[in-house]
Amino acid sequence: MALLDVRDLRTHFRTDDGIVRAVDGVSFSVEKGKTLGIVGESGCGKSVTCLTIMGLNARRNTITSGEALFKGEDLLGMSRSRLREIRGNDIAMIFQDPMTSLNPVHSIGKQLLEAVLLHQDVTKKQARARALELLKAVGIPRAERRIDDYPHQFSGGMRQRVMIAMALVNNPDLLIADEPTTALDVTTQAQILSLMNTLQDEFGSAIIMITHDLGVVAETADEVVVMYAAEIVEQGSVDQLFHRPQHPYTWGLLGSLPRLDADVERLVQIPGQPPSLLNPPQGCRFNPRCPYVMSICRTERPPLAPVSDEPGHVDACHLDEATKDREGEKLLAGMLAEAS
Amino acid sequence: MIAYLIRRILWAGVLFLAVTVVTYVIFFIVPADPARLVAGKGAGPDEIARARHFLGLDQPVYVQYGRFLWRLVGHQSLGHSFTNRLDVNGVVASAAPVTASLVVGGAIVWMLIALPIGIFSALRPRSLLDRAGMVFVLIGISAHPVWIGLIFSWLFGFKLGWTPIANYCDFFNPSTECGGPVQWAYHLILPWLTFAILFAALYARMIRANVTETLNEDYVRTARAKGAPEWRVLTSHVLRNAMLPVVTMLGMDIGLALGGAIFTESIYGLPGLGRWAAQSLDTFDLPILQGIVVFATLCIIGFNLLVDLLYAWIDPRIRLA
Repeated sequence: MALLDVRDLRTHFRTDDGIVRAVDGVSFSVEKGKTLGIVGESGCGKSVTCLTIMGLNARRNTITSGEALFKGEDLLGMSRSRLREIRGNDIAMIFQDPMTSLNPVHSIGKQLLEAVLLHQDVTKKQARARALELLKAVGIPRAERRIDDYPHQFSGGMRQRVMIAMALVNNPDLLIADEPTTALDVTTQAQILSLMNTLQDEFGSAIIMITHDLGVVAETADEVVVMYAAEIVEQGSVDQLFHRPQHPYTWGLLGSLPRLDADVERLVQIPGQPPSLLNPPQGCRFNPRCPYVMSICRTERPPLAPVSDEPGHVDACHLDEATKDREGEKLLAGMLAEAS
Repeated sequence: MIAYLIRRILWAGVLFLAVTVVTYVIFFIVPADPARLVAGKGAGPDEIARARHFLGLDQPVYVQYGRFLWRLVGHQSLGHSFTNRLDVNGVVASAAPVTASLVVGGAIVWMLIALPIGIFSALRPRSLLDRAGMVFVLIGISAHPVWIGLIFSWLFGFKLGWTPIANYCDFFNPSTECGGPVQWAYHLILPWLTFAILFAALYARMIRANVTETLNEDYVRTARAKGAPEWRVLTSHVLRNAMLPVVTMLGMDIGLALGGAIFTESIYGLPGLGRWAAQSLDTFDLPILQGIVVFATLCIIGFNLLVDLLYAWIDPRIRLA
């Protein structure tokens, strides 16, 4: 049994303008100790997917359906008190902006202690020892002294380390990381990612890594889900996705990776804007931006279909597989040529 | 911290000088002659001149101000009333507890009203409770304290007979007719409510806005993601942050409220600073007016200092800056 099994998850928000379908029938699973990357542009529903799993969406005006089975228990249907027991204990989450994710009026020690004391029956002293242990594990220098400092006394990278420490303090089975490196500068990003990789080996947590950066996915993930306009367009292992990308949107994401080693004048971009989720396009939702668009794409929604010879690799596109393989290879060959 | 305190106290001195100078200047710009009032209706020019000399009003303004300052700093005296020679120190000393009772008690009442309304409105936006709360806010802001006072004393005091509608009872030293904490509070219920309604309305709206904003902060989401129960999220993570601006406003408004106390004291016949100030304005009694201004200024400066220190205590970002 998978650690987390999400089936046909839908999150819709009622707004004054109509119903926003922020997540529209998403299914995936996360295996114990593995990392799942969820990739997509801003507003494609990747964060909302995870907030829904955690039950962190505002309850007002939110309609949720589907299932999210965590060790066999449905997170969406359970009581709020059971969900609170799981949050922070079995499933922990770190967020995009470490500058605003810590409470400015409490010392980081107090915030870490709170996380421990909410779930473990230990004394304050023991909790503090545990907090200190984690601060050291995430590489906060002079942790004994810094534990009583306040968030504003830390840099962004250090704050994200504190967030990671706080998330791991109860040894969660699953860590959801919502763009944990987006707000950090490049060198810090690399440090945080390698820290997360190390800690994953040490703690054995599974990770859901939400990102818009395929580079991050390549570095951390085992499985990848590519989301576009609230739906999954391609899904597979990292190997499959980077060696045999099938969906034109995935190609677009690959093509727009900035490269330091190639002399390009401009970054390749996917033309157009992601569609409004109030009123998504008919047929394939990517069709208005797709360079390979055919007439069927405008009327019929392509189902997620398996890619031949690659178990676990699926994509949702009307193009025939030969074309997809050819175009995908062409793109990868081009990228390699640029690199050399 | 010490340097900060010294700087603050020096500034308080400057502020104090500025306020008293302005009071003096305004007083002498007003076209009236206190000497004529003091000398009485039938007084001739000689008597008026004598009264003027006796009160020191024949000196230039800056000399008068200098004397005032000297008396204050050298003898800690605010002087004597123009009209009845009362010792101003005595007047302030007897009136200040009345106003303090009204203002501090009123501030507690307005926070007791504003906190629940503001917090619950923010937690349940657009609910019936929220809408009812905001209707209260609208009424509270629109209605004048004098009107509210008259309505209250008519309804609760006269019609229903629940509360007294006038007089003040000492907290300490019970006299024959009334005194002691119970009588003190009993007589102040209506004044407190009257005084508190406007501020309760303003604060309910402010607290609602602050709590609404804080509820959307990332760190509140973090707290929920940790598995903290809603009550703990609210008290430990939301309120502490949402109250920061409220504490600042409270300090400033308690100073401002001294002005608002004039209405309430007049309606309920409370012998406080506000009523004395209003009376002494009528009789151009500068020493009393000036004494009250001096005292009020000191109070406001003191409150602001207290708020700054309190703020530093609540918000670690300020403590270390």
